[in-house]
Amino acid sequence: MVLDQDLVRHLSESSVSVELQTEDMTLNIGPQHPSTHGVLRLVARVDGERAFDVQPVIGYMHRGYEKLSEVRTYPQITTLVNRIDWVAGYANEVPFIVAAEKLLGIEVPERAQFIRLILTEMARISSHLIFMASYPLELGAATPLFFALRERERVLDLLEGVTGGRFHPNFNRIGGVKPAYGSGSSTRKVIQDLPAGFLAETRDAMDKVMEAVDELELLVADNEIILARTKGIGILPPEVAAAYGVSGPNIRASGVKFDLRKVEDYLPYHLFDFEIPVGENGDCWDRWHVRLLEIRQSVRIVQQAIDGIPSGPLQAKVPKVIKVPQGETYVRAENPKGEMGYYLVSNGNQGPYRLKIRSASFSNISILPWILEGVLVPDIIAIMGSLDFVLGDVDR
Amino acid sequence: MDFLTSLFSNFWVSLTGKLLLVALMIPLIGMVIGYAEMKLSAKMQARVGPYFAGGRWGWAQLIADGVKFFQKEDLIPDEADRPVFKIAPVLVLVSTVAILVIIPFGPGLIFRDLEVGIFFALAISSLSTVGVLMAGWSSGNKYSLMGGLRAAGQLIAYELPLVLAVIGSVMLAGTMSMSGIVEAQISAGYPYVVLQFIGFGIFMIAALAELSRIPFDMPIAESELVMGYLTEYSGFRFLFFFLAEFANMFSLSAIAVTLFLGGYWLPGIPEDVLAYAGPVILLAKTFLLVFTMIWFRWTFPRFREDQLQSLAWKWLIPLALANIILTGAFKVYL
Amino acid sequence: MTTTTPTKRRVFPGMGMVKGLWVTIYTMFRTIFRPGKYLATINYPKVKETPVPRARGVIALDQEACTVCMLCARNCPDWCIYIEGHKEEQAPSTPGGRVKVRATLDRFDIDYALCMYCGICVEVCPFDALFWSPEYEYSETHMGEMLHDMDRLQGWLETVPPDPELEK
Repeated sequence: MVLDQDLVRHLSESSVSVELQTEDMTLNIGPQHPSTHGVLRLVARVDGERAFDVQPVIGYMHRGYEKLSEVRTYPQITTLVNRIDWVAGYANEVPFIVAAEKLLGIEVPERAQFIRLILTEMARISSHLIFMASYPLELGAATPLFFALRERERVLDLLEGVTGGRFHPNFNRIGGVKPAYGSGSSTRKVIQDLPAGFLAETRDAMDKVMEAVDELELLVADNEIILARTKGIGILPPEVAAAYGVSGPNIRASGVKFDLRKVEDYLPYHLFDFEIPVGENGDCWDRWHVRLLEIRQSVRIVQQAIDGIPSGPLQAKVPKVIKVPQGETYVRAENPKGEMGYYLVSNGNQGPYRLKIRSASFSNISILPWILEGVLVPDIIAIMGSLDFVLGDVDR
Repeated sequence: MDFLTSLFSNFWVSLTGKLLLVALMIPLIGMVIGYAEMKLSAKMQARVGPYFAGGRWGWAQLIADGVKFFQKEDLIPDEADRPVFKIAPVLVLVSTVAILVIIPFGPGLIFRDLEVGIFFALAISSLSTVGVLMAGWSSGNKYSLMGGLRAAGQLIAYELPLVLAVIGSVMLAGTMSMSGIVEAQISAGYPYVVLQFIGFGIFMIAALAELSRIPFDMPIAESELVMGYLTEYSGFRFLFFFLAEFANMFSLSAIAVTLFLGGYWLPGIPEDVLAYAGPVILLAKTFLLVFTMIWFRWTFPRFREDQLQSLAWKWLIPLALANIILTGAFKVYL
Repeated sequence: MTTTTPTKRRVFPGMGMVKGLWVTIYTMFRTIFRPGKYLATINYPKVKETPVPRARGVIALDQEACTVCMLCARNCPDWCIYIEGHKEEQAPSTPGGRVKVRATLDRFDIDYALCMYCGICVEVCPFDALFWSPEYEYSETHMGEMLHDMDRLQGWLETVPPDPELEK
């Protein structure tokens, strides 16, 4: 029997498809979760393993910084502001103090600026080392955690030697860095300059940090499993990143060469020679690699700064009770997480009238609904981890 | 001596003795391997590991953990399916224990020398898949459900490479009985890994996946699903899973040693010494493989579920089939 | 400009994993055989690291020097210092002289459950009455015991280290 041509064509074109009736599941990732860097809640509608609608819910850690700042004085706010991005404590203070100094119109002495720069770069190294520790942990590798934190201890010990605090240094004062304890005329003025041995210890610690970064790169960078988990995952095109206000290493990994350290003048970065690492594809691996390279550049800056610290006073001449004149200003800085800005409105009092904090992580995670569209559940974790946000920074 | 031999030649006495021995071995092996994992992982991370429990070495850490697990409250979530929830850890532990029965510790030192030894071992070890799926489903928790489903997919996918990798060795030996395979290697004069290195590699990878260890840790995936299918288990039920994982590491490594590395035999040791040295040699080789598993766990991150599946279906199974074809050709023509 | 090209250092597939395994195994051997140099942890309750002299552990009070000026309590961001004092008359030093009035402390409490360890109080004190000390082992089981009263704060004074030397 000869098969009818039409029948044959019909049979070859038709297909049997059985549509399984599936329901999607609403999976609540967080607020208490090992990988959300704090109390972030993602309400994800997943179909099997594929998430197709992820909405972040934030605000679980809102502490009311901007309201608190309305009833505090400048030194008190300096203390509070450390705690926004607690991983890089020092870097949060600097733009705030620079904003107040801009309104006052005073000039910070050179030595104070160098010390600020060294401590800010140490804060950056510290923050990126935390990222190096926690990101492979989210992907499943437990060992880089210990290697990175071991090196971070060296940096924190240096910070503690100078400022007295590991995470919350509270070392900036309007006009410079903290000059001394004791403010009376006959007090014994414990000068808070760099302690003896700081330069040698810093050189030693920076060498060890470079070795550890090499070791981490050997352990993680070429690992086939890491490449399979992070290459091509979470690609962030530069236009989308710029549209959402993503900043910091996230946008540099997408290929945009934008670093506020080269643009703004809140600290004397123009005196030092460093490069800006830029990524190619904008995927998770690039974001990881850019931060690794940034640690190396920060170490370079610290080594150059250590070799050339000028001597001089630690704080400019400021009155005992500082009242910032009326005015408003916006200062932005390159925080390790991205661009952090302080919009300071003053009306002549001892404290600001209004302080608006533009935090880096808040804008960074605004991209989550866009970038998590249609990815698998394990990739949600990989992408979230690579954005490197901290909930204190998101919620303030 | 005669009294003891006559006592143990009684079927029921020897059966009870063997059951007691197996039942004792499981917690002991679990504790030793667990302690080894804690200490070795600590050394790989530049820290000390258990130190305070039991003098300076911390050997009592797992005993203390066991006691701690026993005295915890038995929590069963309200929405859990109670009978299934309770049976799941038992199934996983039983499948581990059953494998120990057919491992030859020395010439004639075997709990039960089955003619279909390896077939029995692989069949029983797939019971743990059912146990894991039961645990994930009955917990009444979305995370556990996701973990359980991932586990089902992963464990079923990796059963095939596990079984196919073994076939090469069975073909070379000509028998499925485990002691027969060791004797075949003794008479051949070389361990089968020399010819069956592909099979050995596939078996170790599939064994890691069957154990749900990193890099195939998706069902548990601590940083994503809290603990996957184990989330709702606490107390002694968790202890069963915990012990089952370590004992399963030992069992699968022991099977790998028997099939590929020569079992209780080392070249150059005469037969009568093997009766005493056999268990020691087997344990040494097994601990070497267990060390490799620990080493892999603390170095690598985990695969994603679909990458896992494509590794199994697209790479391991064709490789294992090619291995079988090559071994068959070798056997026929040489 | 540094670009992040994927490292072309993988000579054979799987080399990345071998490199990772190499790092782990040499760390393991170094930690086992040369713990003095490579072990990263210390055995805390038995061995304690000494903190640096400037570490902000606890605040010590010198009651003699305090004049109840309330500057520290006013400047504390958390308002965790509670001060009460009264004025005492002191006998004149020379007969027929003026009666001196001196403020003395009744109560000086620092609530360490609220304290942010910022150091503003130590910094603004004009009379050298407050000092930082690197002591950190004063945790309690009850929250109320974290309120250190005058005498306890005076007791911390012994642990205040001398000022560290400065970098030249």
